[in-house]
Amino acid sequence: MKLAMPVNDKSIEASISDTFGRTSYFLIYDTETQESVFVDNSAANSQGGAGIKAAQVVVDCKAEALLTPQCGENAAKVLQPSNTKIYKTQYNSAKDNIAAFNKGELSLIEEIHSGFHAGHGAK
Amino acid sequence: MKIAVLSGKGGTGKTLVSVNLAAAVKNAIYIDCDVEEPNGYLFFKPHKIVSERVMVQIPVVDENKCSGCRTCIDFCKFNALAYINNKLVVFDEICHSCGGCILFCPESALLEKTKMVGQVEYGTSEAVTVITGRLNIGEASGIPIIKKLLHYANNENKITFIDSPPGSACTVMESIKDVDYCILVAEPTLFGVHNLNMVYDLVKLFHKPHGVVLNKCVDEENPAEQFCREKNIKILGEIPFDHELGMMNSNALIAVRTSETYKNLFTSLLQTVIEEVQNETIVNP
Repeated sequence: MKLAMPVNDKSIEASISDTFGRTSYFLIYDTETQESVFVDNSAANSQGGAGIKAAQVVVDCKAEALLTPQCGENAAKVLQPSNTKIYKTQYNSAKDNIAAFNKGELSLIEEIHSGFHAGHGAK
Repeated sequence: MKIAVLSGKGGTGKTLVSVNLAAAVKNAIYIDCDVEEPNGYLFFKPHKIVSERVMVQIPVVDENKCSGCRTCIDFCKFNALAYINNKLVVFDEICHSCGGCILFCPESALLEKTKMVGQVEYGTSEAVTVITGRLNIGEASGIPIIKKLLHYANNENKITFIDSPPGSACTVMESIKDVDYCILVAEPTLFGVHNLNMVYDLVKLFHKPHGVVLNKCVDEENPAEQFCREKNIKILGEIPFDHELGMMNSNALIAVRTSETYKNLFTSLLQTVIEEVQNETIVNP
């Protein structure tokens, strides 16, 4: 099973990014082969709709689960119909969250926040 | 003559200045371009209101024609399109209505549909024409509303005051791009200077003649005034930090129509502004 996580660095030890849509990288981790792949988030510097584009990146990587501290409503509209489950991270590092996920300790995210659309510089 | 009133942030006094200047002229046009939260109408209480809907064109997908090539997704810099489960999905409220996706679709699978994003209302208050723009909640951009509003700013025989949105983003640029003069309203604090500097940079970039109104003035050092002196910016007038004015404002009364003192203050400010605009027209026709 493939897991996706927004991470601040290209390392399994990396910290989880506070934001989903504008994270620098995604870690795509295969729980069977234990292989890690790092994908640049092309949405990081978007003028708008970063959550939609970032979710597209995750879906295109065929991740079945996303581990993230938070998720916006537009990203969820891309992820949920694609059957990508959204779990809430509990730890700072990617590695610790993967371990927690494997033990079944992470739960599905309950709160999908509304967008931050109003007020960005390019509105 | 078109005059825009700007400030780097909300609550500085744009509406106070533009409403009172328009009321001082009597037969002026007042246009509220702060379409996310218009408030000039609260003072003018216009009657005989006519409203007009503002529509934009957004894409809609013909699923039978879409080949999933994603040309539209790659083109859209606002990321208003996504490809989910082999289906193209449009996020209506993210779309800025540029029409690019429709132009670039190699299969002609994107069509246009019309969507209402807000409205424009016009009415009168004594001899002032009051025009208000209103953007629907959640919409991406106020620009289509402002474009519609500014159609009404082309009366050569009247002075038009444009109450601009706060800040210095796209909606402000749209509001000032065809004006003859910009009035920058500033607060007497360091934070006020920072915000003043933002709109000062903007009007210079647009090569707009401009001057500053110092609002909320007290008998202390005024950093905004110092800033104007350092940069050699014309100070058009000062408005005191005054309890009586605050009371009129919080009761939605127009100071010019309520108080003799403020009628004189804004009439004098109006004269200064008109002279400045005329000087600019002579120097820079």
